[in-house]
This record gives sequence, C-alpha cells and structure tokens, in this order.
Amino acid sequence: MNNAFIQLSDVSLRYGGGTVALDHTSLGIDQGDFVALVGPSGCGKSTILKLVAGLLKPSSGAVIAAGREVGTVASRGPGNSNASEAPRLRVGLAFQNPTMLPWLTIRDNVMIPLKIVDPFRQDYRRKRHGEYTERVEALLTQVGLRGFGDKRPWQLSGGMLQRASLCRALVHEPELLLLDEPFGALDQFTREELWDIMQSLWMTRKPTVLLVTHDLRESAYLANRICVMSARPGRIIDVRDVPFARPRTLEGSYSPEFAGLVQQLRMRIAAARRDGDAVDLAQSQGVPA
Amino acid sequence: MNHLTPVMRQRMLSVFTLMAFFLLWEIACLASGVSDLVLPRPSQIARVLYDKMPLLWPHTVQTLYTTLAGFAMGVMVGIVLGVIIGSSRLAYDVAYPLLVGFSSIPKVAVVPLFVVWFGSGTVPAILTSMVISIFPVVVNVATGLASTEPELEDVLRVLGARKRDILWNVGLPRAMPYLFASLKIAITLAFVGTVLSETVAANKGIGTVMMIASGNFDVPLVFAGLVLLAVMGVLLYALSSLVEARMTGWAQRKTDLTMA
Repeated sequence: MNNAFIQLSDVSLRYGGGTVALDHTSLGIDQGDFVALVGPSGCGKSTILKLVAGLLKPSSGAVIAAGREVGTVASRGPGNSNASEAPRLRVGLAFQNPTMLPWLTIRDNVMIPLKIVDPFRQDYRRKRHGEYTERVEALLTQVGLRGFGDKRPWQLSGGMLQRASLCRALVHEPELLLLDEPFGALDQFTREELWDIMQSLWMTRKPTVLLVTHDLRESAYLANRICVMSARPGRIIDVRDVPFARPRTLEGSYSPEFAGLVQQLRMRIAAARRDGDAVDLAQSQGVPA
Repeated sequence: MNHLTPVMRQRMLSVFTLMAFFLLWEIACLASGVSDLVLPRPSQIARVLYDKMPLLWPHTVQTLYTTLAGFAMGVMVGIVLGVIIGSSRLAYDVAYPLLVGFSSIPKVAVVPLFVVWFGSGTVPAILTSMVISIFPVVVNVATGLASTEPELEDVLRVLGARKRDILWNVGLPRAMPYLFASLKIAITLAFVGTVLSETVAANKGIGTVMMIASGNFDVPLVFAGLVLLAVMGVLLYALSSLVEARMTGWAQRKTDLTMA
C-alpha cells in the first residue's frame, strides 16, 4: 500500500479557525487508476484533492505523489526555491467552473498549460502553430469540439466549455488528473454525454484520475474504486470496487447491479450523515461522544 | 426618417440637440440683452475663435502637448504602481492609504510647490497633469488584477506557474478593461491639471490665455479658450474609447465582434 502512486498517510487538516476538514485519513491510488471520492457536502472531498494537488499543506501526516512528498506549489512565501529542481509531477486540474479566459480563443485557452508546464514551455514559441496546435485539435476532436477552436468562450454553451476545460486539463499529458465536480453545473443529458467522453479520454490516455463528485451514478459510471467519506470531520468510511466492465454504457447504468451499487452507496452516506448528526447533537449537549 | 438605421437616427438626434443648445443660448442672450461681458453669444465666441486662431493656435498646441506628456507619464507610473499594489498584499496595505491621502490633496496647493522646485512654465504643468491622472489608473489596475478567479489561479499554480506567469497570462489581460476605463477618466483629469498649472504659473498655454483674457475683461476670449479645451477633451476621450474598443472587445461581448 505504501508504494502507491498517490499515498495519503494519516493525513489531517485543520483550517485556521479550528475546523477539522480532514481527520486521520489514509488513501492510496495506483498509477492509472480511476478513483472517485463521494460524500455529503462539506465532508472534505475537495480538501483531499487540494492536498494531492499541493494547494494545501496537511496539518499532520504526509501526502506522497510519485514517491515524493507533495510540497506546496504556492509561489508566495519563501522556502520553495528547491521546488523546481526535480521534475515535478505533471498534474491537470478541472473544476465545476470552466474558467476559460474570455480574451483567448478556445484553442489558445486549451494551449495555456503548454505555455507554462516545463518541458513544453521551452518550445512554446517554436511549436505553438505546428505541433501544439495539432495536439489541441486532436483533443478538441476527441471531445466533440472539432471546428470550435477559433470561437471565443462566450460563444459556447456550458457543456462545451466544460469539454474545453477537460481538454485544458489533459493537453500537457498529465500523469495525474484531478477533477473537482467537473460536471456539477451541467444538465442531466450533457452530464451523461460527458461521462462517456471522460471514460474514453481515460481509456485512451490512462492518466491516474481522482474525481470528486456528489453524483453517485457518476462515480459508479466512471471510477474503478469509490471512496465514501463521512461528514465533518472528514474521514473515508468505505471503499468500494466497481466491478463493471468497460466501456460502460448508459444502458448498463440502468442495470440492477448498477442500481444496486448506487443504492448501497446512498445508504452508506445516509447512515454516515445520521451518525454525524448524532455526534453533533451529543457534543452540543456536552455528552462525550 | 424611417429609412435611417437606428444608429444614424441616434447620431442625428445628438447633433440636433447640440445645435438646439447653442441656438437657445444665442436666442436667450439676444432676448435678455445680457452684456457680452457676462455671457457672450455663441456666434461671438465663434467669431473670436476664427479671428484669433493664429494667436490661439500655439497656446492650444502647448496645452495639448503638456497634457499628453503628463497623461503619458501618469499612466505609466499608474500602471507600475497599480501592478505592484494589485499583486502584493503588503504593498497594498502600505501604499494605499498614502495614495488616497495624496490624491485627496487639492492640486492647486501642489502647483506652487512644483513652481518653487522646477520654476514656472512647462515642467510644473506636466507634473500637475501627471499627478492628477495617476490615481484613477492605479485604482483600476489594482482592482483588475485583484479580480482574477481563485479557481483559475489554482489551475495555473498546479501546473507550476510562477507568479510572473500568472500576472502575464491572466492578471494583466484581465486588468485591461479596467485600465482603459481609467484612461478615459485620466485624460480629462489631465486637462484639468494642465490648465490649473497654466493659470497659476506659465507664460504659454490656454490656461494662461484665459487668465490674461479675464484680467482684460475679454470674456468672449475666455469662452473661446473654454471651447478649445472642451473640443480637445472630447477628441482625446473619443480616441481612448476607440483604443479601448479595439483592445478589449472581448470584455464587451458584442456579437458583431469579428476579430480582436
């Protein structure tokens, strides 16, 4: 377990105000795996993602990625001068909000990582109109955005922007892809369409994926493994393997087995919420839990 | 008028309004018989403008040159200060109160100081128009930089972006509409600064002309100076609007935008 690609060992995170966002959590993710984190809102799902990304520093415990401890990538403050010495783990990140830059075309937006990430940025000027453009076009085609490269973000619908956002997260061929409710703001039809696209992207490129979601069907559709988290303080209370063969289809997602798994996950979370409420109640009444 | 496009109709309407304004002014002066020492008629002002143009022209050029020089310096300093203040919490805390305090000082009070330091003439006029146009630029650039979405910053930081990368690729382009909005304010303020300084201590410029003219009770000439200032102000304002539309069309989200 300790030589997993991503390894959280006994990690806790306490925010400034004393709120415990994450409580002694351990989690291992193998290279090329697809892991989903589900749980009630405010349970620390996004916190785990930010810890793995290095955007947050754990209060205790260690976060190891590709054999190295994740340092904060924050450029503010001293002490990160050695961050650039070893080749850093290549990470892609996509949020619920696609955050496209309005003054750039979709193609240029998707190309941003190539302008910043290290092995690519050296050649950016030379290759941006050749190799890099081809690479972006190939990705856009794969997500069904062929011919939209010259459009501006405001000319595209929410679903299209989210596809572009996935392209931006993948264009630099990250070893690790972090998705924080990427389909949360979309309607049901668009969302299911994007599940398929996400699945084919993962199957062709095989990055390690950590997906944070509150949609249980989504997690069962996409992930190899689902980690169920409890409400505050966040803790992983259950890990389920998803046995369904790939490529998974929408029809398959209405099979009894699939529905059964979703149902079990739902019950697990509901139970965790009840327990959490009981603990809250006990604490507020001064009874040691 | 039905065959006119809405835009043309709007243009014509504003031209009519302008003409009606001057016409009313003319009629009101004639009807009330007010002396041209108090309020000259537009036709008198136009006459003076036409007759004294050879005399007024060098002064106009001087004022324009001084204003543009002060404006350019003010904008450059403003951008640099704005970037520093907008991208560093410490600089913001330290410099902002100082900046607000400084910009609250009436610039009339500063001109004599500039004259003491640099002598009367062009230099204090340029400096006055510079200090008066810095503030809106600084505030807007800093605000624009601060409006970067935290999520986007996270995306870039995870990619290993340095602070400089984020500033260059996201912060500055995002601040552009704010900068251009401030330029329109700054250019009109720069005129105020220049004329202010010229009325206090200079021997050239529209401000000086107006001071002398009012000393001689040549009120039509004072108004002629005002008209020249207004025309220059409108022209430069229009110019910065044009540049703004060119540079930051993306922020206005017009559907008829073809290329940026």
